[in-house]
Amino acid sequence: MRSVSVQSRVLRVLRVVVIAALVVATVVPFVYMLILSFVRIDDLLREPLHVLPTLDRITTETYREVLASEEDGGYGFARFMRNSAIVAIGASALTVALVVPASYALTRLRFAGRSQVSWLFLAVYLFPTIIIAVPVFVGFQVLGLGSSLVGLVIAYVALTVPVSVHMLRNYLAGIPESIDEAAVIDGASRLQIMTRITVPLAMPTIMSTALYSFMIAWNEFLFALLFLSAKQDLWTVSLGLTRLADGQEVSKTVLMAGSVLLTVPIVILYGVAERALTEGLTAGADKG
Amino acid sequence: MGSKLRGFENRDGITLVTPVVLVVAAIIVIPIVWTVVLSFQDARYVDVARNGLFNELTLDNYADVLAAPAFWQALLTTVEYSVATTVGSIGVGLVAALAFRDRFRFRAPLRAVMLLPYVAPVVATTFVWQVALNPQYGVVNAFGTQVLGWEHPVNFLSSAPTALLTVIVYDIWRYFPFAFLFLGAALTGLSREIEEAAVVDGATPLQKFWFVVLPQLLPTVALLVLFRMVMAFNEFDDVYLLTGGAAGTQVASVRVFEQLTGSSDIGGASATAAVMAVFLGVALAIYLRLTAKQRES
Repeated sequence: MRSVSVQSRVLRVLRVVVIAALVVATVVPFVYMLILSFVRIDDLLREPLHVLPTLDRITTETYREVLASEEDGGYGFARFMRNSAIVAIGASALTVALVVPASYALTRLRFAGRSQVSWLFLAVYLFPTIIIAVPVFVGFQVLGLGSSLVGLVIAYVALTVPVSVHMLRNYLAGIPESIDEAAVIDGASRLQIMTRITVPLAMPTIMSTALYSFMIAWNEFLFALLFLSAKQDLWTVSLGLTRLADGQEVSKTVLMAGSVLLTVPIVILYGVAERALTEGLTAGADKG
Repeated sequence: MGSKLRGFENRDGITLVTPVVLVVAAIIVIPIVWTVVLSFQDARYVDVARNGLFNELTLDNYADVLAAPAFWQALLTTVEYSVATTVGSIGVGLVAALAFRDRFRFRAPLRAVMLLPYVAPVVATTFVWQVALNPQYGVVNAFGTQVLGWEHPVNFLSSAPTALLTVIVYDIWRYFPFAFLFLGAALTGLSREIEEAAVVDGATPLQKFWFVVLPQLLPTVALLVLFRMVMAFNEFDDVYLLTGGAAGTQVASVRVFEQLTGSSDIGGASATAAVMAVFLGVALAIYLRLTAKQRES
């Protein structure tokens, strides 16, 4: 019995230490990012350890500089953010439009090739994105979609569809099929069942699927790099930030402001939908 | 009416699934097949633009790939990196999930905060790490030299053994939330009765964990190992953004990227990617074989 109580006491202390350490480790880099975005670059270079600026040294000039267009002496992040928003909204809308009917079919209908479709989606993850990106880029160039936001949207849809189908399908599988059957007896067609019954019932999961693909598209880097490097007016925030960070001419604190602008929309969306998103992703995981 | 719907089931199912399958096929399956074809061709960008799929077939790319010491080095780096980040992120994720198992004040908001490294844009987080670790103006080196008494600032991301270690630590930081999320869900699903019975029988907390909780988590752990290994093996963004593949961090994906953009050697890059995919496939087959018994029981 003694060892039980000793262990319990040690573990109770250890647990608090672990939680505190993990929270600090996850939060500190983001706090550092936020603080540096308000610091003047010469203050950072002079005193890198004094991270917290005194009140009179706080500046918002970094944000003005990073957001302003090139003509106004800035780096055009306002436009990058618009590009990212267009791509992410386009990708998430298109993903939902494709995934809802497909998930419905995969849970409700028995058709030729059903199981093969599921395997196809799994196989996608075996290959590095880099080997997919190059032929897609060459193919899109031929079709005239190479250096365009439309091409990027199509590529992102393909990247997010497999996980989105998985999330939505797990949810739909939990809705009793007898509801569909009751509607059939009332004379509803397949389309009516889908639009009037399945979609409203699955709305929370559909929203979290949309958010998931928005976040993937907003954060993505490699495709943007290959597709849009040459076209500065089409850069997304991720691409713009890395391109500007590669050179020496832009000060790091200005780029920190850029990082904050890149991160904040994702954190807000995640804050709104954390519950739905994590439950959607882990659906089925607790069943072993 | 019902039988009429059943009669159209096959047709409707195929109609509803086709758009998704077409997009996935066009953007993912065809490019993979194309890559395999290109790996047998001595192709540069111009050739591909002019002739598309139809260039002369050759095995030269594979001979070059297998004869290059840099390839074997990249393979070794990839394996070290994948194993270390997989073990590290799942280990930390498991510890985190256990610590968060029982209720405490602010559990829900703190749990949400812990997932930030995973959901935040990789470009932003790698940039913050780069700045924080910078030898001139980074807070880590400033702290090390001024408070801890380091003689010199450490070149975390640009000198040989530390660069790979730093990338591994970054990836453990970025991906432990993923393991935390899934192991947390698995822990919630466990019935507490067996554990209570073990406690009644006098099991210590560590015995309870080792003999009761951990065995029940093993299926989830096995699945996570599979996920993480595949993702880490194919990882590009994190390494490229942190070090650009310099200082002994050239993993396979970064090497493929450099073959493509540096020397525009599409054939060679495709062959490298294909060989890596074969290695990954073999490793997966062995892993599934080894864990097959466990999954049956």
